[in-house]
Formats: sequence, C-alpha cells, structure tokens
Amino acid sequence: MAGRSNIPANNSALIAIIADEDTVTGFLMAGVGNVDLRKKTNYLLVDNKTTVKQIEDAFKEFTAREDIAIVLISQYIANMIRFLVDSYNKPIPAILEIPSKDHPYDPASDSVLSRVKYLFSADSVASDRR
Amino acid sequence: MSGQTQRLNVVPTVTMLGVVKARLIGATRGHALLKKKSDALTVQFRAILKKIVATKESMGEAMRASSFSLAEAKYVAGDGVRHVVLQSVRSASLRVRSHQENVAGVKLPKFTHFVDPAGASSPSLTGLARGGQQVSACRAAHVKAIEVLVELASLQTSFLTLDEAIKTTNRRVNALENVVKPRLENTITYIKGELDELEREDFFRLKKIQGYKRREVERQMMAAKLFAEEQLAEDLALKRGVSMGATTNILVGGGDKDEDIIF
Repeated sequence: MAGRSNIPANNSALIAIIADEDTVTGFLMAGVGNVDLRKKTNYLLVDNKTTVKQIEDAFKEFTAREDIAIVLISQYIANMIRFLVDSYNKPIPAILEIPSKDHPYDPASDSVLSRVKYLFSADSVASDRR
Repeated sequence: MSGQTQRLNVVPTVTMLGVVKARLIGATRGHALLKKKSDALTVQFRAILKKIVATKESMGEAMRASSFSLAEAKYVAGDGVRHVVLQSVRSASLRVRSHQENVAGVKLPKFTHFVDPAGASSPSLTGLARGGQQVSACRAAHVKAIEVLVELASLQTSFLTLDEAIKTTNRRVNALENVVKPRLENTITYIKGELDELEREDFFRLKKIQGYKRREVERQMMAAKLFAEEQLAEDLALKRGVSMGATTNILVGGGDKDEDIIF
C-alpha cells in the first residue's frame, strides 16, 4: 500500500503535465518541459482531437516513469479518466488536479480534496463541540 | 473452540505463568508506544490538513494569475508564440528534488523545486520580436504557480502516506488492546486458577494423611490405655481376690461342710 512502498530519494525529477494547450504552453514557458533522446515528452497536449485512450496511456506512462515526481492533470481531463485517477494510490508520483482556464475548478470532484474537506469539517465540528 | 480464542493454549505451570506475564508486560508497553505514535501522527495529520486547504486556495489564485499573464503574452506577442514554445522544448530547466522527512517513524516525501542550469532550454529567444516583457512576466507567473503546485503535491503525498500510516497504527493499537491483551490476561487467570487448584488438591491430600495418622495414633493410645487399665484392674483384683477368696472360703466353707466340727 501507500505506506509500504519506499520513497526514492531522487534529487532530480520531472513534473509531468496533462492539460489543454494554453496551460501546457504556460508551464513549458516556465521551463518544465522535457524531451528526451527518443522524442518522448513529459507532457500531453489535450485538444478536441485527443482520444480518451491517448489520455489513459499517457497517464499510465507518466505514473510508471521513475523520473517523474509530480503529475499535473487538468481537472476536466481527470474527470474523463476518473476511474484511473481514483484507483491510483501510490505516493510517488503525486497526482495533482489543477484548474484549467475554461473549466471552473470543482473541489468536490477532486479525490483528495473531498477527503480533506470531509475530515476537516468533521474536525471543526468536533472542535466546536469542545 | 471459543476457549481457544479466549486464551492461549499453554501448559499451566509456574514457568509458563512467568513467560505469559512477561509477554503481557511487553504488549502493554507496545500498546502505550503505538498509542503515542498514533497521537503524534494525528497531530501532524491535522497540521497538514489545514495547510492543504490553505494551499488549495492559493493554488486557485496562482493559476488564475498565470492564465491572465499567458493571455497577455499571447495578445502582445501573437498567437505564434505558442508554437515557438512548443517547438523549443528540449530539456527541463525546472525540476523537482524529492527527499524524505521522518515523522514518528513514518517517512514522508517532500518535494522542492529547483532550476537546473544545465537543462535550460534556450527560452530567452521566445518573444524576442515583441512582447518580451509579457512573456517573461508569464514565465514568472508560471514559475510561481509551479512553486505552489509543488508544495501542494508534497502536502498531498504526505497526506496520503500519513493517512495510511495512521490507519495501520490504529489497527495495531486496537489489535493489541482488544485481542492480544485480553487473551494474555485470560491465560494468566487460567494458569493461576489451575495452580490454585493443584495447591488445594495437595493441601487436601496432606490433611487427609494427617487425619489418618492422628486417628491411628489415637487408636493405639486408646488400646494402650485400655491395656494398662485392664492390667491394673487385674493386678488389684488378683491381690484382693486372693485374700477375699480365702475369707469367703473360710466363712462359707466353715459354715456348713466342715467335718471336724462335731457340734
């Protein structure tokens, strides 16, 4: 499980991105993008021609790669492959759902944040009672 | 079968009692330690929870700011800037370093971002013709967003790891408290009961033997006393009987059948 798997002390890892064109462009501008010798990228541009299969494959590839520490995924894309995102339970790489420009961020559908909210509200209720 | 689950299957001896008592002490100590660990983890967990909520909010801000700055850059530098950026990707200059943090024996991953000078993918040419300022502002905004996102990622990973660790620890605490300790305690009571039973049996046997011996002695004493009394009586009777017999003989015999008396 998540607690059992060891955490590699990697001192140079990448950030992978699965997002729409604008978000990817912005982050590439910041210098996140990486293309290795085999022309494998650490980002996936999702437009209206991208199929769900491609997104799934990219997600699986990014989560399996050892040099990736964080996978940023736009929330509306995460919703397309929700079953994959929810069934993923390893600590590294960390999956992070980010808001995108044309889709408002919905905290309820974020798998981690919904748990956080649940615990947090239970927490505050408990602290109110005290 | 229920007896098997309630206590360990051991031979009730004094040695075993010692062993089981030592195990109970060990279990109690382990339980206390695990409880402390669970508490420490929970404290950490709460802190991370609060931080996650705060960071999620600031992530929204940062993402909005970076989107705006990208829109500005695109407006000034033209839509073609996107293709320039997408084509000029070579090696990542912004990378992530991961290391571990130890909280009560649980290793939490922490990410920090850093700029790798070797992997700089010649970004400076983007927006050379026009909108260079907006492009660099956009880049700065996105770097800031990445900063927040990296922090959030490390918090989120810690959250998941801690959650799992707390669950495991609580499971252990409950197992010790509700299964192992009662079972050991039951075993100790069982062994003590058996030992008491044995002791009682021994005591009873000793008492029985003692009683038997006492009765035997009493019987012999009685016999001896009886014998002594009889002897005494016999002695007395012998002495007295001789003289009395003589007198009665004289008295009785002389009364009617003495031939020497003529009148």
